Amino acid sequence: MSGSDSRGSTLELEGIVKSYRRGKERTLVLNDVSLTVRAGEFVSLIGPSGSGKSTLFRMIGGVEKPDQGRVLIDGEDRTGHKGLISYMPQQAALFPWLKVEDNIRFALVSTGTPKREAKEQAAQWLERIQLGHVAKEYPHVLSGGMQQRISFLRALLMRRSVMCLDEPFAALDALTRADMQRWLLELWEADRRSVLFVTHSIEEALVLSDRIYVLSPAPATVLRELVVPFERPRRADVWTSPEFVELKREVLRLLEEGHSGTV
Amino acid sequence: MAFAIEEYTLPAPSDIAVKMYEDSAVLWTHVQATFGLALVGLALGTAVGIAVAVLLHIVPPFKTALSPLLVLSQNVPLIALGPLLIIWFGFGTTPKLILLVLVCFFPVALSILVGLGQAEPHLREYLGMIGASRWERFKRLEFPASLTYLFSGLRIAATYVVSSAIVAEWLGAGANTGIGFYLKLKFSGFQQAAVFGSIVCIVVMSLLFFYMVVLAERLVIRWRPRPEPEWKEASS
Repeated sequence: MSGSDSRGSTLELEGIVKSYRRGKERTLVLNDVSLTVRAGEFVSLIGPSGSGKSTLFRMIGGVEKPDQGRVLIDGEDRTGHKGLISYMPQQAALFPWLKVEDNIRFALVSTGTPKREAKEQAAQWLERIQLGHVAKEYPHVLSGGMQQRISFLRALLMRRSVMCLDEPFAALDALTRADMQRWLLELWEADRRSVLFVTHSIEEALVLSDRIYVLSPAPATVLRELVVPFERPRRADVWTSPEFVELKREVLRLLEEGHSGTV
Repeated sequence: MAFAIEEYTLPAPSDIAVKMYEDSAVLWTHVQATFGLALVGLALGTAVGIAVAVLLHIVPPFKTALSPLLVLSQNVPLIALGPLLIIWFGFGTTPKLILLVLVCFFPVALSILVGLGQAEPHLREYLGMIGASRWERFKRLEFPASLTYLFSGLRIAATYVVSSAIVAEWLGAGANTGIGFYLKLKFSGFQQAAVFGSIVCIVVMSLLFFYMVVLAERLVIRWRPRPEPEWKEASS
């Protein structure tokens, strides 16, 4: 499951509770969410849209504080601490006034990489993922898939031991998406960072992850934790195996149950 | 002649051209003086505008407290303020520059202030999640995002700066230079052809200022997609 030589850290969430005040009413968004991402593990979080997955990410990123519960990194309480994770949002979030290489460079520098190293890394890796030819372009000339590749590279190169990916491929078409998943797996399997991956696609979660947490609709809580047994490196045709179909059916059943349980 | 219009009422274009040619040497020195004054005024006004906007943006209580004063600064008419500034600062360039700064800083400050608050939410969120500092957020997101706004403010300032310089010269009798001074002199002497000549100079200078800003915008803001087809081809 996890490589012993991985650069990852352990991320634990303990009993996270969060509610928002809307007018006079308090709406509970996260109801006692606990989960663990072990060092070098790829964990997916799957749940219906609006189930508070992004809110959970904000807690991990330290942008918001939970009402109750703790965020632990390598066993230390880091609740409300910023600057400990690398992050890839749903929209590529490239800065339109910075050229591609500068987008990567500035993000690396602001997360603690020395300037010269950031420059070298950006150039080297863009070449390595066959995007060297767009290094000097502004982001708006790139396709959605290319922008996401650069956004992922930016997250990967940050000196952070936990990566949080928030539905990074949700806005892409199916073909580009499958392509991106294979590409991401290849890069990740070579590096084995701890990853928490949010998605609402069951196949995507099954293809990529070591484990899956299934969330209920809001107020979100963990319905089930599933271990994905397929070997690493993942085969591209893993989705054709009967086991895969069985797991998919189970997740689907859980999601439906959770849905009918609350409505 | 059907209308019998006298030259002192409305001079013919040819009269204006002849007058401008005759006066060209004098006119040129006055144009230079006005151009210099307007340029320095616009530059200072822009600098002050940026400084004010950034200060109000970074310290939100200032924004609440000082915004009415910003509007107030535009409510005092130049013809009231000009003579007062001359009493306080003498007949030099100082009162003229103060007038120009007052005129120019306002549209610049106001538009940047809007721009600084408009930075895209998902970029803001991204910087928060990776733990970027306040300074980085300003430098990498808010300021660059406000540049397009800065230029739209600057276009307004550039449009008004020459006319304002003329008013300042008209009022500030001390130094005998500038198109404003020339205009006042010729007006008093009923030399309407020369008056129209100075209007031509003012209009040309105003257009020049406006297009200087347009050019600067094009040079600074290079990241936006442009409609020109040849640009698209060059990038692929």
